Amino acid sequence: MKCKECDANITPPKDSMEGEIITCPDCGASFELVKGSTGFELKPAQTVGEDWGQ
Amino acid sequence: MSSGLSILYDTIRWEEKALFDAGKKKGSDIKMVDCKNLFLNLDKSKDSFETVLQRCVSYYRSLHSTAALEGKGVNVINCLNTSIFAGNKLFTHMLLQKQGIPTPFSAVAFSEEAALEILEKNGYPMVLKPTVGSWGRMIALLKDRDSAEGIMESRERMYPIYQVYYLEEFVQRPPRDIRAIMIGDKVVAAIYRYSGNGQWKTNMALGGRAEVCKVTKELEDICIKAKNAVFGQIVGVDLMESKEKGLVVHEVNNTTEYKNTVRVTEVDIPAMMIDYALQSRK
Repeated sequence: MKCKECDANITPPKDSMEGEIITCPDCGASFELVKGSTGFELKPAQTVGEDWGQ
Repeated sequence: MSSGLSILYDTIRWEEKALFDAGKKKGSDIKMVDCKNLFLNLDKSKDSFETVLQRCVSYYRSLHSTAALEGKGVNVINCLNTSIFAGNKLFTHMLLQKQGIPTPFSAVAFSEEAALEILEKNGYPMVLKPTVGSWGRMIALLKDRDSAEGIMESRERMYPIYQVYYLEEFVQRPPRDIRAIMIGDKVVAAIYRYSGNGQWKTNMALGGRAEVCKVTKELEDICIKAKNAVFGQIVGVDLMESKEKGLVVHEVNNTTEYKNTVRVTEVDIPAMMIDYALQSRK
């Protein structure tokens, strides 16, 4: 998989799940793993929302 | 056979993945549901949910999806009352007070001028907190009138919730607070959270560090009361060690994070949460 920001290679962990956030090791951009027709695809992750928390 | 348990999320953090893995280890078929893809008819029609562990990171998604599901008869952990009360620091404070649980001194004002009066009467410093919010965001230490006026003036231009001026005493304490994870009536693990470099806030999100905190009877008793005050089931109770009052509760978290607590204490919190949720099925 290629980072949509810097084109670096991104390898999701083997136990990745749909919806998981992964970070590009080169540029630090965050992506959400979404299921596509051929497996996981990268979707730019929502930046931290104003109401995010615990 | 389906376990009837769903985990409702909007972002899969370490915590949600650990919950799913814990379910898998127990052989439970747990459904992961992305709240961003959820739609519900708000009537009496039946949905496929039985018990839902609410894990949305977005406060508004969490609150409203809990209201919708619980209204349709789904067993949501935590319940809507906990989402409402624990999601708001002022609401929580009032319930803790009502139950006689020690808290930091707090006051509220509904205009900048009235907030300045509180500060003049009680003295600086005080801590200004948004009633709704997490991870230490927008929390400000007001050291004097100049800083108070500057910070409050900027809030006058924000969403109206930021014009509810919730002020808390700046508690004299060691440079740490306590996060206790409660599952049912038991504190399953607790950590000290130390402030990060140059920080007075102890939030892990701000670079604080964690150490194991021994669970004493005093800590457990106060945490049980705090959890019950907000009608909670699985919560993270935040406490400070006030030099004046001893343990004081300043927050109860209803979708608590626990990654650092697991890392430091090695307690299998996700497995315990799954056990609790499975046992609570209607």
